[in-house]
Amino acid sequence: MIPAAFDYTAPSTVEDAVRALAESGEDAKVIAGGQSLIPVLRMRLAAPTTLVDIGRVPELRGIRDDGDELVIGATTTHYEVQRDPLVRVHAPLLRAATDTVADPQVRHRGTFGGALVHADPAGDLLAPTLALDAELVLHGPAGRRTVAAADFFTDYFTTALRQDELLVAVRIPKHTGWGAHYEKFSRVAQAWSIVAVAVAVRVEGGVIAEARVALTNMSAVPVRADAVERALVGSPATAESIKAAAAHAAEGTSPTADGDADVAYRQHLARVLTSRAVTAAVGA
Amino acid sequence: MTATIEPEVGRARPRKEDARLVTGRTRWTDNLTVPGLLHLAFLRSPVAHAKITSIDVEAARRAPGVVAVFTGRDIADAQGSLPCAWPVTADQVAPAAPSLAVDQVNFAGEAVAVVVARGKAEAHDALEAIDVDYDELPVVLDLRAAIAEDADVVHPDLGTNRSAHWVFDSAEAGTGGDVEQAIAEAEVLIERTYRQQRLIPAFMEPRSVLVDPTGEQTTVWSATQIPHILRLMLALTTGVPEHKLRVIAPDVGGGFGGKLQVTPEEVVALVVATRLGKPVKWTESRSESLLSAHHGRDQLQRLTLAARRDGTVTGLKVDLLADMGAYLRLVTPGVPILGAFMFNAIYKFPAYRFACTNVFTTKTPTDAYRGAGRPEATFAIERLMDELAAELGRDPIELREQNWIKHDEFPFTTVCGLEYDSGNYEAATARAKELFGYDELRAEQRERRDRGDSVQLGIGTSTFTEMCGLAPSRVLGSLSYGAGGWEHAAIRMLPSGKVEVVTGSSAHGQGHETAWSQIVADQLGVPFEDVEVLHGDTQSSPKGLDTYGSRSLTVGAMAVLKAGEKVIRKARRVAAHMMECAEDDLEFTGGRFTVRGTERSTGITEVALAVFAAHDLPDGVEPSLDSAATFDPDNFSFPHGTHLCAVEVDTETGFVKIRKYVCVDDVGVVVNPVIVEGQVHGGLAQGIAQALYEEAVHDESGTLTTGTFADYLLPSAVDLPHFDTDRTETPSTTNQLGVKGVGEAGTIASTPAVVNAVVDAVRHFGVDDIQMPCTPMRVWTAINGGPTDAGGPGGEAGGGLGSIDSTGGAL
Repeated sequence: MIPAAFDYTAPSTVEDAVRALAESGEDAKVIAGGQSLIPVLRMRLAAPTTLVDIGRVPELRGIRDDGDELVIGATTTHYEVQRDPLVRVHAPLLRAATDTVADPQVRHRGTFGGALVHADPAGDLLAPTLALDAELVLHGPAGRRTVAAADFFTDYFTTALRQDELLVAVRIPKHTGWGAHYEKFSRVAQAWSIVAVAVAVRVEGGVIAEARVALTNMSAVPVRADAVERALVGSPATAESIKAAAAHAAEGTSPTADGDADVAYRQHLARVLTSRAVTAAVGA
Repeated sequence: MTATIEPEVGRARPRKEDARLVTGRTRWTDNLTVPGLLHLAFLRSPVAHAKITSIDVEAARRAPGVVAVFTGRDIADAQGSLPCAWPVTADQVAPAAPSLAVDQVNFAGEAVAVVVARGKAEAHDALEAIDVDYDELPVVLDLRAAIAEDADVVHPDLGTNRSAHWVFDSAEAGTGGDVEQAIAEAEVLIERTYRQQRLIPAFMEPRSVLVDPTGEQTTVWSATQIPHILRLMLALTTGVPEHKLRVIAPDVGGGFGGKLQVTPEEVVALVVATRLGKPVKWTESRSESLLSAHHGRDQLQRLTLAARRDGTVTGLKVDLLADMGAYLRLVTPGVPILGAFMFNAIYKFPAYRFACTNVFTTKTPTDAYRGAGRPEATFAIERLMDELAAELGRDPIELREQNWIKHDEFPFTTVCGLEYDSGNYEAATARAKELFGYDELRAEQRERRDRGDSVQLGIGTSTFTEMCGLAPSRVLGSLSYGAGGWEHAAIRMLPSGKVEVVTGSSAHGQGHETAWSQIVADQLGVPFEDVEVLHGDTQSSPKGLDTYGSRSLTVGAMAVLKAGEKVIRKARRVAAHMMECAEDDLEFTGGRFTVRGTERSTGITEVALAVFAAHDLPDGVEPSLDSAATFDPDNFSFPHGTHLCAVEVDTETGFVKIRKYVCVDDVGVVVNPVIVEGQVHGGLAQGIAQALYEEAVHDESGTLTTGTFADYLLPSAVDLPHFDTDRTETPSTTNQLGVKGVGEAGTIASTPAVVNAVVDAVRHFGVDDIQMPCTPMRVWTAINGGPTDAGGPGGEAGGGLGSIDSTGGAL
């Protein structure tokens, strides 16, 4: 499989990248690690006229400490996220989810920002981003704007990012000392999630003080399990109360049906996996 | 080299071919190029069944870099009809099989046009400029519906979707009793319908072909398992004379039967290269491979097992529907028939009847896939034996032992009339149980069940045998197969003492070069390193029937051994002359002829040099030790083994995890334990994959929805357990080497072991079957009282690239 012909540009600054996007018009695509886009190009499911390669923009890559938040550059690879000491301490949920992404080759090429912008509802980094109340920093011709994760994912493979904008960074509030777990359910290790559950909890004296629960592949976009969170907060961190809270996990979800799972089975999995994820996060 | 040196046969040598194969610094077909090479790209039908009302290729012909575009009509005369070498019945019906569709397409993925361009990218670009109008016809997808009275037919000119009906009946054959009587008199009947889902061989190296017509002979390089058969079939199909064709299978990266084929692309490449007088190359993409290379399995098995209350089996009736797909390819109709002789397996059934209806559908053609008919048969009987054990409340291994052929009953003629030469099922099973910790795991199973644990343990057994060493030519003749089953070899003694072994077997990853070298090193007493194995080129190895059906060692290496015997015979005469003694006074060991009772000796390599010089040879002796032999086996060989699998089923999610897998295989004498181990591991992976992961799924329009590896799930090492393997060694008595064949054993044995384990884990929920692959949803649904085939054909592929929309998403 060979992609259709396209123009290629590799700017070295964000400003140049945004300018290149503006000049290339409607059919331009941004490429970073290429782990989602290149298969699509090779199968000719998409035929952009121009590829803007942001892999050579240094300011887009890396992880830094910014007070109450971590700032993760859009082209930081999954491997870098996995290995980063700041992420380990302040966003253990993100690390746990990143550990489950594909395989080592993909994790060395694929980028955090690319995965979010691709917005595959079965992708593993959307739910943690939503659970951690991250904000996405977008840069366009008119400058920068910030969009909450809850507003960023709008539909299947669709986000609030405009055609002329670039995702430059993700700001993640620190969840230092929180328990975290990402419970992924897939048929083989390298497959996409059928369902997965991202959980971060803060336990004080045996009681769940705060809880963040988000679900992968349970709707067109990642969803917060609000009812589970409400039920958890203030409850003792015990198996019974966790299971009772997890029974709400499928509320408000509208998962797709496919060969791996119909709607009822997905909703059942959401409840089971939520219970397991919270239990693991509390114990962590 | 002396006789005291450790024999090569039995030695765990690393394979001499691995360095170049593993690094890829070798001659894969796609690595090759020739001056002036042009590239092919195929346009494939997006619909499963349609009349082609028009094809407009004018724009494509004008596209940059394009040299030519051909449709089926353009090459209709030259392309002939793709060959089927196995008309299983005299009244078998088969459609014409054009390489490029002419008037009608019969499966999604069928080639309808080919672009020839200077560059590969230009060829692919031009595909988009071809405009085809399809007038869609009703699709034929379901086997049972396909043979119903008012069924839509795939090929209107045939008037039916039934290609052939093949029957073996032990009462009619005189090899056993009447199965209907056995069923009528049965105290226990086990009746089941099992589905062998459609699989995709998914070899690692994509198919590739390069044709260069610029020499006196036209040379065809192809990633094929069968260079010799391909040469003959290309000649018969296209009319290019056989002696004007040279076929080379350079290093080939796996096949599993998937490259046991004469492909449309090979024929088209030859036709186009001949017509243009220019070399052309085609290499498929992975998605093209999954879509259009032949598929495997795809049977519906209706089974009735008759038994007495005491557990003795009394009859077996098998009624198959086998999906041919849209066309009969090289051995398509014979694949289910190969299974006919294996349903009775290792058991002493007194009555047996097998009937198979071969059915056309509007899907990719099926053909050989690792095991080819035998995995399907083994699955059926091993599942039934577990069901019988459950019905009778018996231990499944003990019940098997009650019915299997005892080690002192060999040779044993089965209800199919095959003579099993040797085996020891008791020994293999005892060793497997010991390695497995059978009793402990049964105790844990009871404990978990009593406790109502959310994770339930299941234990599955598979005591398999298979027929290897395809095949005695007379047997193939009796089955109407279009060729023999012999194999050819030659040995050339070079003047410097080195040895060239020419083999008609065509390795595509098996390690023939290493194994043949070990055998010849022992036989001729030369160092392993001094043996070179030549194969896969009809010029250097002019005769052969190639590699499939676990035949290489049992047939191909036997031909090598026979050629070696002739070399020694010739050398003996010269050595006697050199040492002025009688031939009978010489003994040959460790590469040396020694005059009995003396210290006088001469090495075979010294004889080779003397023969090369030819200064002083006995009268009438020609100056050559080189010898050839063609070996036709008298019988099949029958490897067997006992595979035990323990699975943990998470009853809350349906997820199956293999806890322990033990197999004790008896493949006869082992030439190289490392190669055997590799074959077993790979075979297990593929067999387990059928049980749990792989399934080619078509939607209701006949489109393959599992067209990428994101949707067609191959397990990787992390998804598979540690394999505890061991062997017993009961030499085959049907060949001098005592070998039995190992290429398919793991695949054949493992699938029922895994499914038996899954069903065993959840049987107390009232489950007696779960359709393959046992996906988490199917297992969970079965536990909760739902249908066991949940999420079957027609389900959309989930996640993965299948869910990417046509715009490629938002990235």
